[in-house]
Amino acid sequence: MGSLSAERLTELKYHANDVRQGIIRSLVAAGSGHSGGSLDMADIFAALYFHLLRHDPKNPDWPERDRLLLSCGHIAPVRYSAMAYAGYFPVEELLTLRHFRTRLQGHPERVSLPGLETTSGPLGEGLAQGTGMALAAKMDGAGWRTYVITSDGEHQCGLHWEAMMTAAKFKLDNLTCIVDRNVIQIDGSTEDVMPLEPFADKYRAFNWEVFECDGHDIAAFVETVEKAQQVKGKPQVVIAHTVMGQGVSFMEGDYLWHGKPPKKDEAEKALHELNAARELIGAGR
Amino acid sequence: MAGTHTLDHAASAMHLVDYTDPAAIKQVPTRNGFGEGLIEAGKRDQNVMAICADLSESTRMEGFKKAFPDRYVEIGVAEQMLVAMAAGLASTGKIPFIASYAMFCPGRAWEQVRTTMALNETNVKIAGAHAGVSVGPDGATHQAIEDIAIMRVIPKMTVIVPCDSAQTKKATLATAARWGPTYLRFARAESAVITTEQTPFEVGVAQTFRDGSDVAIVACGILVYNALIAAEELARDGIECRVVNNHTIKPMDEAAVLAAARDCGTVVTVEEHQVHGGMGSRVAEILAAQHPVPIEFVGVQDRFGQSGAPQELVEEYAMGVTSIVAAVKRAHARKRAAR
Repeated sequence: MGSLSAERLTELKYHANDVRQGIIRSLVAAGSGHSGGSLDMADIFAALYFHLLRHDPKNPDWPERDRLLLSCGHIAPVRYSAMAYAGYFPVEELLTLRHFRTRLQGHPERVSLPGLETTSGPLGEGLAQGTGMALAAKMDGAGWRTYVITSDGEHQCGLHWEAMMTAAKFKLDNLTCIVDRNVIQIDGSTEDVMPLEPFADKYRAFNWEVFECDGHDIAAFVETVEKAQQVKGKPQVVIAHTVMGQGVSFMEGDYLWHGKPPKKDEAEKALHELNAARELIGAGR
Repeated sequence: MAGTHTLDHAASAMHLVDYTDPAAIKQVPTRNGFGEGLIEAGKRDQNVMAICADLSESTRMEGFKKAFPDRYVEIGVAEQMLVAMAAGLASTGKIPFIASYAMFCPGRAWEQVRTTMALNETNVKIAGAHAGVSVGPDGATHQAIEDIAIMRVIPKMTVIVPCDSAQTKKATLATAARWGPTYLRFARAESAVITTEQTPFEVGVAQTFRDGSDVAIVACGILVYNALIAAEELARDGIECRVVNNHTIKPMDEAAVLAAARDCGTVVTVEEHQVHGGMGSRVAEILAAQHPVPIEFVGVQDRFGQSGAPQELVEEYAMGVTSIVAAVKRAHARKRAAR
C-alpha cells in the first residue's frame, strides 16, 4: 500500500467527494464549463493535493515545491476545487468561476491565481513546459518533481510528442506525466476521432517508463505514482483509466457532458448523489 | 567624396561611422552581433541560457555553446517545443534565449508564443534569424517578412529590430538584463556597420541618425543604412531628411515619431517587411490618431520573396536607395501640395 494508511485513504476519499461537490457548485454557478473531465479527475487531484505533492498553500511560490501542471486547462474546475479545499483560497470563491473579474478564469491563468504553474487551455502544451521545468531542476540539482496532467485527446497534438522525445533525451526521471485516459473527446471516442492505441506502446517506444492504473482507485494511484518516483534515468507516464463524469450517475461515460455544466435541477441531483456517496465512505466503503 | 564628408551633429552625437565613406564601412551580418552579445550576457548572468532548434551555426549560438556547454540545450527541429520548453525553464528563473529562423520561430510557434510567453508572462527571449528577403538564395519559404506584424500585435511583447551587428550586440545584452518576453529580429546577409561602441542604445528610445526638417525617414533594421545614403543623395537635391533609427517596434518611441512628423510634416517608413502590419503601420497608427501627415511606406508590397542575391532582392522589392529617394520625393511633393 505504499505510504497510504487505511485512515489516510478514507480521508482522501472524503477530499475527493469535497472536490466533486465543489466542481458541481462552481459549474452550476458559472453556467458554462466542462463537467465530465473535471469530475473524472477528482480522485487523482485529491490524491495529489492531499497526499503526494510537496507544496504549501500558504506559500504558493515556495521554490522547493513540486510543480503540478494542468495541460488540459478546460478541466480547471477540478483543479480550482482541489486548491480551494487544500487552502489556497476560500471555498466560496469557487462560485466566481468564469465570472467577470474572477481569479478563476475559464481556462487557468498563472498570472491571475497564485498556485498555478502555467497558463493552459490550448492543448498539447503542458508536457513541453513541464519538460522545461524538470530540466531546470536537473540543471540546478533541485529535488522537486514535476507532474503534468494531460487529457488523452491532446495526445493528437504534435507538440506533445516533441516533448516526449525531449524529456527522454534528457533522461528527466523527475518528470511524471499523468494521462486522463477516459477515451472521450469533444467529437466522440478518441479511437474514432483519431485512434491513440496502442497507447502505452507509443510511450515505451519513446523511451518512457509506463505505468497504468484505475484512476478512481486512490490507493492504486498513489502506489503507482510512488513507484514512478523510484524510476531512474527515464521520464514516467501514469496512464490512469477513468470514466468521464465519474461520481454522478447520469454523466458517467457520456461524451455529451464533456463541455457543458449541469443545470440547477441536475446540480441538485448530482449533489444529492454525492452526499449519499459520502455517507458510504463513513460506513467504510 | 569618400572620407571627406563631415557628419552632421546628430550623427556625431550618435558616434556613427562616416557612413558616406565606403572604405570606412565594414560589412558584418547582424546575427554576428547576437552571437557576441549572447556570450557576454552569459558571462554577466549565470541564469542566461541558450536553446536551439538545429541551427546553432547559422543563428550564431555556437559560441555560447562552446563557452557554456552546461547552459546550452539542443532540441532538434521542434520550434513549438523550443518556445514552450523555454517558458517552463523561465518560470524557474532561467533567462532562456531561443533561436531559429524567424519563419519557424516565431512563425511556426505563434500560438505557443502568445500563450506560454506573453499571456503567461515568462522571461523568454526569441532570436529570429534570417528575417527579410535579404536571406537571399533560400527563397520565399525561408524569408520571414510577416514576423514584425505577428509579434507586435501580442500584448506584453517587446519587439526589437537592430540596425547593424554592433547594435544587435547591445540589444542582446539589453534584452538579457531587462525582464520581459522579447523578440529580437536579425538578418542573414552581411550589412553595413554604421554604429560604434560609443553609440548609445536603449530599448524603446528611437535614435536620430541624421537631422533635417524637409522629410523624416523612419527606418529599422539593415535598411537604416540605405535610408542614410538616400538622405545624402537627397541633400544634393536640396531636400534635407531626418533619419530616425526606430529599432524598437514595441513599445514604440511615440514621442520621437510625433516629433519627426511635427518637425518635418511628412514621413517615409522603411523596413524589410510587408508594409501591411509592420513598423510603418505602427507609425501610421500613431500619426493617424495624433498628428496626421502624408506617409509613404517603403517595404514589401503584399508579395512573397524569391531566390536571388540579397542586394538584387532588396532592389526588386523596392527597398534600395533609389526606391527610398523616390518615396521621399513623393512624400515631399504631397506635403507641399497639402499646403
